[in-house]
Amino acid sequence: MSSKAAFFDVDGTLVRTNIVHTYAYYAMNSGGLRRIAARTLGVAASVPLFGALDLVDRKTFNEFFYRYYEGLSEDRLVTLAEDMLEDVLAPALYPSAKDLIEEARRSGCRIVLVTGALDFTILPLARHLGADDVIANKMQFVGGVATGRVVPPIIEGANKANAIREYCVRNALALDRCHAYSDSASDYAMLAIVGRPTAVNPDVRLRALARSYQWPIVDLR
Amino acid sequence: MRSIKTLRTLYDEESQVVITEKGSPPRVLFSGEDFLLEDLPVGTRVLFPRPPMEGVPNLKAAIRWAINHPEGMEPLHALLRPGMRVTVAMDDISLPLPPMVTPDARQVMLEIILSLLADSGVDDVHLIIATCLHRRMTGDEMRRMVGGRIYDAFYPDRYYNHDAEDPDGMVQLGATEVGEPVYLNRRAAESDLLIYLNINFVPMNGGPKSVATGLTGYKGVQAHHNPKTIRDSESYMEPSRSALYGSNERINRVIERHVKVFHVEAALNNRMFDGPTDFLGKREEDYTETDRLKLAAMRFALSKMPRVAKNRLLMKVPAPYEVIGVHAGACEPTHEKILELCWKQYSVPVQGQSDIVVFPIPYVSPYNVNSLLNPLLLQVMGLGYFFNLNRGIPLVKKGGVLILCHPAFDEFDPEQHPSYIEFFHRLLPETRDAMRLSHKYEREFAENPSYVHLYRKGHAYHGVHPFYMWYWGENGRQHVGKVIVAGAENNHVPALMGWERTDTLTEAIEEARGFMGRSATVTVVKTAPVVQADVRL
Repeated sequence: MSSKAAFFDVDGTLVRTNIVHTYAYYAMNSGGLRRIAARTLGVAASVPLFGALDLVDRKTFNEFFYRYYEGLSEDRLVTLAEDMLEDVLAPALYPSAKDLIEEARRSGCRIVLVTGALDFTILPLARHLGADDVIANKMQFVGGVATGRVVPPIIEGANKANAIREYCVRNALALDRCHAYSDSASDYAMLAIVGRPTAVNPDVRLRALARSYQWPIVDLR
Repeated sequence: MRSIKTLRTLYDEESQVVITEKGSPPRVLFSGEDFLLEDLPVGTRVLFPRPPMEGVPNLKAAIRWAINHPEGMEPLHALLRPGMRVTVAMDDISLPLPPMVTPDARQVMLEIILSLLADSGVDDVHLIIATCLHRRMTGDEMRRMVGGRIYDAFYPDRYYNHDAEDPDGMVQLGATEVGEPVYLNRRAAESDLLIYLNINFVPMNGGPKSVATGLTGYKGVQAHHNPKTIRDSESYMEPSRSALYGSNERINRVIERHVKVFHVEAALNNRMFDGPTDFLGKREEDYTETDRLKLAAMRFALSKMPRVAKNRLLMKVPAPYEVIGVHAGACEPTHEKILELCWKQYSVPVQGQSDIVVFPIPYVSPYNVNSLLNPLLLQVMGLGYFFNLNRGIPLVKKGGVLILCHPAFDEFDPEQHPSYIEFFHRLLPETRDAMRLSHKYEREFAENPSYVHLYRKGHAYHGVHPFYMWYWGENGRQHVGKVIVAGAENNHVPALMGWERTDTLTEAIEEARGFMGRSATVTVVKTAPVVQADVRL
């Protein structure tokens, strides 16, 4: 049993897609033509709003964005998630992402994906990458239909760090021996909480932080 | 007026040792990317490199002669069979320093050997750069090293960097009689013939180290890249007194039981400077007015440039080294012949040790080509390379003072040296004890997946490499009583290293004399190029 883990953010770190891409896939495969058109156009029209919200706060953006799932059936989402791996996520994996995960596994780490995406979306990818565990957001379903609300706490920013800490306690892992990988300064808490943080394909803010704290910078692109 | 006899003593054309007297000119000394112009105290002994030996008049002919008249083996053409699998491995960019003018000696060797292989019906040929745990060379660097024609024909499928962390790319061949595990690059191990091309820059390179270290990985070098082996080595430059060499020899014997290895080694002369910088290869006594003007212009231009620009400019100036001899064949006899040439070129006889020794540290080391000389590399240049360039008797007395001329800036290249940053800022504040660092942290750094990834996919030195830099300075640290960095631009880098600092070389010598006594003897070694002090007691 490993005594350390490697926590990987997914969107932008391992794959070049984000949660808007995955929702767009669901929207474009959501049944009748009218429904497809309504959902797809709705997402397209809201893109500027998404951008503005993401700039303000990742948590607000996630909460707002997941409302678009309202009314989608659980069965369909789970089935589509399997297809989405093949059509969207696997082709969007960065060329060296699997190597980095393999190197972490070889050094004795458990592989854990930590993402603000929804769990049913990420589980097929986790299987594909051979991850041991997933920490992701959970959509609330009532009668097999998505309510558009996420079971709290929303996994993002500081909550990612809390979830990692709890995961380590539950699994008797030494936090200071663990590794974390992310592309975004919004994951600063997740990176700062482990002993071995690494900036992956970092944005401008995270690159500056990584330089200041002397964290390694890896480019998987 | 000085008599002829005095002049002969002070400035002997044949001797490479000059004693400073009242009218002696100021000395030009490297200090990172800058040049100091220093008046040294009267009585200071200055060691100059030997003048460059004559290069071989026809390098291609010399290589052909060597591979047709090898030492202890059949000629290369007699070892070749159509359809056989051949791997040609070669040294990386760490040799020579700075990189030599094109065509690089490796390119000339390859042009001859590859055409011989083709004529013998050998098509399955791979070219591997024996990087061990050094950084991968970039495409441009690889092209420069072997020339456009070979690069275009072989890169990237059949001309590549060794990858010590590729789980499928390494194979264990067993262990030596004392239990050192032997790992080798799989392609090399599974070849019918391995040809190794070495350029010998300092005597500790080449020989068994070429294959035993160059084509192995962390588990392989652990056997000898450790503080104990370093402490057990009386002289790195002499095979018979180096535990490091002994370990490589044992490992190499195991390798040669599995794969036939044909070594081609070349020795270079000391011609490091040419054209506008040729005056740097002269003694200051021989400077002409033009040389002085050139020096003043160069110092003025460098003083106006930011460090990064100076570094890039200096890194772009190649050295006009010439090959002074080529030998080929079995490992030991070939290396022995090359060592003789190395000694002839580098060795400077010196009478007695000194209380204080000054090493001017240049901008380049084997581990920062096209990058900055960070504090750990400054340490390895002073306490590792320069301290050990002798035959068992260091130039500085036990408990003496070493003065390094360098700004000791706190700058690291995150692309080439990411793990150095953590080593320097996280580990050194805790301990400088090589044994403790080795036991407590070496494995953690070696296995850090981020560092492994940066080594394999980027151009970073392996995560464990800063430890080897620290071990390399171990004997120097144990031997000297004090290290002073003259011209250090900050306090914390010398403090973390356990050193002292002064603003100028004059102050450093004063401080050293305060430590060693007013009558302390001072020796300044005018590197680069390489000076190997043969101290007689």
